[in-house]
Amino acid sequence: MNLTLKVWRQKDASSSGRFVEYEARNIIEEMSFLEMLDVVNEELVAKGEDPIAFDHDCREGICGTCGIVIDGSPHGPWDATTTCQLHMRAFKSGDVITIEPWRAKAFPVIRDLIVDRSAFDRIIQAGGFISVSTGGAPDGNAIPVSKDDADMAMDAAQCIGCGACVAACKNASAMLFVSAKVSHLGLLPQGEVEQDRRVLNMVRAMDAEGFGNCTNIGSCEAVCPKEISVDFIGRMNRDYRRALLRNE
Amino acid sequence: MTIRFESKVPSGPLSQKWTKYRHEVKLVNPANKRKFHVIVIGSGLAGASAAATLAELGYNVKCFCFQDSPRRAHSIAAQGGINAAKNYRNDGDSIYRLFYDTIKGGDFRSREGNVHRLAEVSVNIIDQCVAQGVPFAREYGGLLDNRSFGGAQVSRTFYARGQTGQQLLLGAYQALSRQISLGAVKMYPRTEMLDLVVVNGHAKGVITRDLVTGEISAHASDAVVLATGGYGNVFYLSTNAQGSNVTATWRAHKKGAAFANPCYTQIHPTCIPVSGEHQSKLTLMSESLRNDGRVWVPKKSGDVRQPQDIPEEDRDYYLERKYPSYGNLAPRDISSRAAKQVCDEGRGVGPGGRGVYLDFGDAIRRFSKEKIEERYGNLFEMYERITGENAYERPMRIYPAVHYTMGGLWVDYTLMSNLPGLFVIGEANFSDHGANRLGASALMQGLADGYFILPYTIGEYFTSTPKLLPSTDHEEFKKAEEEVTASTNRLLSVKGKRTVTEFHRQLGKLMWDKCGMARTAESLKEALEKIPAIREEFHENVNVMGDATELNQHLERAGRVADYMEFAELLVLDALRREESCGGHFREEYQTEDGEALRNDEEFSYVACWEYQGEGNPPVMHKEPLVYEEVRMTQRSYK
Amino acid sequence: MSKLKTLYQSSLGKKYIMALTGLGLFAFVIIHMLGNLQIFLGPDPINSYAEFLKSKPALLWTARIGLLAIAALHITSAIQLIMINRRARPVDYSTDKIVAASFAARTIIVSGLIILMFVIYHLLHFTFGAVDPKFLRYEDYLGRHDVYRMMVEGFSNPFASAFYIVSMGLLCLHLTHGVSSTFQSLGLKSRAYVAAIDRLASISAGVIFLGNCAIPVAVLAGLVK
Repeated sequence: MNLTLKVWRQKDASSSGRFVEYEARNIIEEMSFLEMLDVVNEELVAKGEDPIAFDHDCREGICGTCGIVIDGSPHGPWDATTTCQLHMRAFKSGDVITIEPWRAKAFPVIRDLIVDRSAFDRIIQAGGFISVSTGGAPDGNAIPVSKDDADMAMDAAQCIGCGACVAACKNASAMLFVSAKVSHLGLLPQGEVEQDRRVLNMVRAMDAEGFGNCTNIGSCEAVCPKEISVDFIGRMNRDYRRALLRNE
Repeated sequence: MTIRFESKVPSGPLSQKWTKYRHEVKLVNPANKRKFHVIVIGSGLAGASAAATLAELGYNVKCFCFQDSPRRAHSIAAQGGINAAKNYRNDGDSIYRLFYDTIKGGDFRSREGNVHRLAEVSVNIIDQCVAQGVPFAREYGGLLDNRSFGGAQVSRTFYARGQTGQQLLLGAYQALSRQISLGAVKMYPRTEMLDLVVVNGHAKGVITRDLVTGEISAHASDAVVLATGGYGNVFYLSTNAQGSNVTATWRAHKKGAAFANPCYTQIHPTCIPVSGEHQSKLTLMSESLRNDGRVWVPKKSGDVRQPQDIPEEDRDYYLERKYPSYGNLAPRDISSRAAKQVCDEGRGVGPGGRGVYLDFGDAIRRFSKEKIEERYGNLFEMYERITGENAYERPMRIYPAVHYTMGGLWVDYTLMSNLPGLFVIGEANFSDHGANRLGASALMQGLADGYFILPYTIGEYFTSTPKLLPSTDHEEFKKAEEEVTASTNRLLSVKGKRTVTEFHRQLGKLMWDKCGMARTAESLKEALEKIPAIREEFHENVNVMGDATELNQHLERAGRVADYMEFAELLVLDALRREESCGGHFREEYQTEDGEALRNDEEFSYVACWEYQGEGNPPVMHKEPLVYEEVRMTQRSYK
Repeated sequence: MSKLKTLYQSSLGKKYIMALTGLGLFAFVIIHMLGNLQIFLGPDPINSYAEFLKSKPALLWTARIGLLAIAALHITSAIQLIMINRRARPVDYSTDKIVAASFAARTIIVSGLIILMFVIYHLLHFTFGAVDPKFLRYEDYLGRHDVYRMMVEGFSNPFASAFYIVSMGLLCLHLTHGVSSTFQSLGLKSRAYVAAIDRLASISAGVIFLGNCAIPVAVLAGLVK
């Protein structure tokens, strides 16, 4: 199939960007979306033009590195799918595809489709962990964990930190990301101990990074490649309320 | 010569060696620890766990990764699980059994002392990870669940759905994040190590490139830890991440660190087959699928019927036929080779004929579609996303792909390479897996090295050598910086006609065809002739766009491919010199009558340690003999 | 004090304020509606209800000032949140695809603004008599303020009624998102109750719409004279 791509090109963080049109020819439906971009890039290099920069690594939907807004949808048209797992059979010949980076103040564009998501790391550094050092841990079976809690913690822990939730949210809110980590750790007895500190610190860090607020719409959940539920946001709202009442 | 590659495994009974080591090792005074600076390259399971643990102990740590966040290293992609000799199932597991299974699985090409230590600390890893909040699968009673994995006869594998690697890595990442917030670790994401700096024969720092600005920097330290993963991408197509590379270990090798057993590469039997030239990577389907799926191909070659139209009598369930007792669960290397064999006979299925069926028809009839969906739903979805085929209705197509590399930089019992001060952990070292790694053992080894071994052994280096923290103004740093800048500029100045990917694909295809699942002296010699030609053309005709002072993914890739071009030759050379078949290394000349790997313990029970001799000179091989005090080598049999 | 400061400064805290004040306004809307529905019982009950309220100035003014404060907080927090949210997403996508957002959620700001305008008009209309000063002078046979007559005459104007009905529609829209959002923001919406809470939100919004619109409709239809 042949496609027309409108791709956001931006040299670096301080330059302004614009859309540039490219033709993608002889694309086959077995290709992944990123492999389609590989093909376009190979042609660009052959013509002596700068290839399109985009983040990617594992190409199997788990590392969370890739992320492109495709026709207004973070990670493209398929549900529960990262950009790297989106395949070209989702498109048909003649389609015009708009390709943009994540848009959020907290995720500045570094080049073309690459954004800086280090804000997520700083939020985790503010409290997204359990304060145990190596050694001295009790036996793994010393503290039983109910299967329901463990399963729900795992539902939250599946987050790959890709940032699609922020990209989809009209307020660029990071609530789904933050609440997933707060819930994952808070649901386990091991993490419950410092849950108050954790949620207060992580929310403070989130606000400082310049993410927007949750207006309870649910776009984040709809685009999340790991289908993380907005229930976790409600859960964090509760955890924060409790922490605030009990502390400070 | 052998003195230089002394394993330094402590004396005494096998089960007491590690205890003895820990009792006898000299400790660094806690007050002095913060005076020692450690550089950790890589933030996967091994790197992140080491950086976090060293910082907890009080060392000053700098950690570098090329990804945009330490949470993204490729350890994240491990699906199946992590082994530990907990014996929670009361099914006869023990530290000794895990040790023995690992030694045997590795085809008796690993060090006894190392492997036993690995089995010993495996139990601590689970405890540590649970305390960190890793959401392992639980039973209704609240205790940890286990499953049997990769044909093991006991249930010792702990798992977190199909994302065990992800959850373990996030645990290590969180521990690392805590140390970053405490100021004990300085993290450098989007930064690639481009050279190792050696001062007075000791590894004392690195040269890095900031991948966003292109800035080249020098960092000095008391010790350098490489945790940079494997080199599977030398085959171009592999299950590794796009960014996985040999650059850090290769450049350390060129500075004097020996490369051990590069020919030990693991091919994973259950990956989605190649669909065309455009393919950029291969996707692994968890090995657990083989618990319920039956592997088959048509009996006749050139049978073009749809799988559902091929009646039972025309199907060859070749694994069940050849290995009646293990059947579809035969070890990775054996099932992979069997698949290659039937495809070579022209009985492969799918486009290009490089694929075999993994059929769930019987399992669906025996249990139900719902049951199968419950077990493998996410894998079936992934398969459909990639191939567009519904595996509930027609069998999956699978084919082996390069997955893991057992070879790596040589290290002694303390995980230190032959270059003092250079430590190598995780997949990057030549590891405890011998010639073949068992399922669910990579996660175990990465975390064992990072959490529980290196933090002890690095202290021995600090207490036994005079402290030296050079300034980055030292001439060795200047020299290395200049070399790095020069080689980057060389790549940019070629301005040839072919792209980096074209060269990489060409090299990978050659490696896969001539040095892949089955190797012969002839094919290896052919590869040895062709690789230098490709390399030369690369340096004369590659076209790298952009410049060095910006975010330039093309340049990053070019540097990595350039290193693969050199490394590939060493891999092939090692494969040629090892005139036996063992584990992941299969030489067609050396097989039993029924086509199994035929080891030659008399001549080849050693670790091949390759030393770099400068550009244009053939490398020199040293041997570290493998001494077995406790275990008797046997022929593996999975019949 | 520092607790209040943290509450006010944090994004989640602002959401609590939105939710709690919203809940307060929601309660007022229900009480107000129940009071007004007395119109269907004839002039006496509603006029005496109004007289009762006026006879307790302390209560009345506390309620009025309280309501004003709540409304002010609700609006201020809304404005602050909107500003933060605008800043958080300075650049829009070239193709904006609406993902998962309900109509009510997307229009919550617009509906809120129009409701605010309506409230001002409504106060001018019936509380301050600014639209027609004689409304406040109507007296019934007991010399009480004739609220009944004021309402009947007020809603006899089709334009006023139409604006009233449209505004009630928007209020209903505002509440379908607002009420369920309140539970989410306060962390009271757990997985088990999601459906129930959303249904509660829709039903209560519907009841408020029907109850409040019944009055102008009845007046226009001549059922209440």
